[in-house]
Amino acid sequence: MGLKLSIALLALVAFTTAARAQEKTGDKTSDIVARGEYLARAGDCTACHTAAEGRLFAGARPMPTPFGTIYTSNITPDPETGIGKWSADDFYRTMHNGRFPDGGLIYPAMPFASYTKVTRADSDAIFAYLRSIPPVNQKNKPHELRFPYDNRQLILGWRTLFFSEGEFKPDPGKSAEWNRGAYLVEGLGHCGMCHSPINALGGTSQSDAFKGGLIPMQNWYAPSLTSNREAGLGDWSIKDITDLLQTGVSARGVVYGPMAEVVHNSLQYLDDADTKAMALYLKGIAEASSPPPASSALPNTESSLLISLGKTVYDKNCASCHGTQGEGKPPHWPPLANNQSIEMQSAVNPIRMVLNGGYPPGTKGNPMPYGMPPFAGLLSDNEVAAVVSYIRTAWGNRGTPVSAREANELRSAPLN
Amino acid sequence: MFARDAALAALLVCFASFDGAAAQTANQPPDTMAARVEACTPCHGNKGEGTSDVYFPRLAGKPAGYLYNQLLAFRGGRRKYPPMNYLLEFLPDPYLEAMAEYFASEHPPLPQPAPSEVSKDVLAQGELLATSGDANRSIPACVSCHGPGLTGMQPGIPGLLGLRAAYVSAQLGAWRYGTRTAKSPDCMQLVAGHLTEADVTAVAAWLATRPAPANPAPVPKGTYALPFGCGSQPN
Repeated sequence: MGLKLSIALLALVAFTTAARAQEKTGDKTSDIVARGEYLARAGDCTACHTAAEGRLFAGARPMPTPFGTIYTSNITPDPETGIGKWSADDFYRTMHNGRFPDGGLIYPAMPFASYTKVTRADSDAIFAYLRSIPPVNQKNKPHELRFPYDNRQLILGWRTLFFSEGEFKPDPGKSAEWNRGAYLVEGLGHCGMCHSPINALGGTSQSDAFKGGLIPMQNWYAPSLTSNREAGLGDWSIKDITDLLQTGVSARGVVYGPMAEVVHNSLQYLDDADTKAMALYLKGIAEASSPPPASSALPNTESSLLISLGKTVYDKNCASCHGTQGEGKPPHWPPLANNQSIEMQSAVNPIRMVLNGGYPPGTKGNPMPYGMPPFAGLLSDNEVAAVVSYIRTAWGNRGTPVSAREANELRSAPLN
Repeated sequence: MFARDAALAALLVCFASFDGAAAQTANQPPDTMAARVEACTPCHGNKGEGTSDVYFPRLAGKPAGYLYNQLLAFRGGRRKYPPMNYLLEFLPDPYLEAMAEYFASEHPPLPQPAPSEVSKDVLAQGELLATSGDANRSIPACVSCHGPGLTGMQPGIPGLLGLRAAYVSAQLGAWRYGTRTAKSPDCMQLVAGHLTEADVTAVAAWLATRPAPANPAPVPKGTYALPFGCGSQPN
């Protein structure tokens, strides 16, 4: 009797231990998958690899480029049409070196020049996550690139000029937090893909990293992350930066245009520590000295006429939300006074915001954002130029006036 | 002594946070849907009553389910109009639902019908199609789905009153050319496919001449049976 009980107890103990052990292994796998999902968010893979209303990571999203249209590929674990037959080595090679498992060259629309910095462990976690999602049997659509860009051998030239392979190397002179931020911004976050000037060959030189530029085909200006006269965050508080990245709105301004997509798909999912690390790094790369204010191409008399009309337009249409002194009601109605996004040399973004309006992204931290009405149908080219000239120069703002022609040209800018 | 100090301190904290909250509210936009949908108003009017632009529809009083379906279709690109696709791209479902409910619950008066620019014959043809359809050409009457009073049915079928001819005609065209699509079976795409240019002009013109009914509200779900399946109005 006693023996039986003991055996039963022993068996029970053994069983529980076994179950625990199994749970632990199970946990480990699911930990890696969860980590991979988090990192895939940080890399914003979904922005390109999931089409509008398409299945998750099944690709086929058209990406217009100056060289033609590229269709993104299926990265679900389907063995026939996805990456189901890939090994973790294959996946790392793609991320790190921009080559398919068979050695084929990948177009640099895939940000492998940034992803090359991703560590092997992180690449493996992302791969484990991609292996865990439902496979989708959907063939990749062939790219529609013009001659000569349809020749993949040209990528070799691009790689020689603009690609340097290598994992992120922490700077021992900086804190662990700063290095974490640098790793996320320069690597997975691939912020440089938009926030660096893109030359005629579709590349960015290292010395121009994060210096801003017009995003080809989208006609939005991605401001410099190093100049405090653009989106340099040198004089922002860490809280304002983390608010902007996590919720899409902040006391200093809100995200819009392509950056709304980045916050929506990616940044809102990053944890507080990673967001703060990115903020710290971004604040740190802002250059102490700002270039001198740009001078206007418009004659003085024309400028002053525009600005005086601009005040009339502003008081009638804008002041009720943005305030008579451009103070706004932050974070939801952004301030326009001392708002870098309005003052910077390129006036593309403020003109487009007046024409197209827009909503910041709905995020966990700000699920019901307030929106800016589109004024394209209400204001003439001259009125748009006038009001933008006014907000760029009023209240101590150091921007320059813009012409009606600039406003007119952006009426046909693509909206999506 | 200690207890009294503690109580005082607690009270002070209360006041301090109350003051803080009040100051914040004063410096914040109104916490209302009306303030959140201001981006919609230049084209659709302050209460969704429409504007002078004949291509922008009235939203007020349409069934919330219909409006929500349209917001989803614009966000996903199934209904193509770049300014709308752009505005909604990064807004979550529950927010779109709240927007739909907001405009569905607004009831500004319907506009006076404008005098029609088309001939009496064309209006008569429009009335015939709208009220009786044309069985020979597989065209159902508008009233068979949109209701005898053309006020629509909850939750997914919109009323057709208070819309300008240009808008209705453009939408029927959009269905024919595939720039407006709805959940399968896309009943309106089938119907629009049977219409000629002349039919579209006639129906759109006649609908725009209809006066406001005493009760413009959409009728409750299931008030009448639909003549065929419609993805936007599951049975």
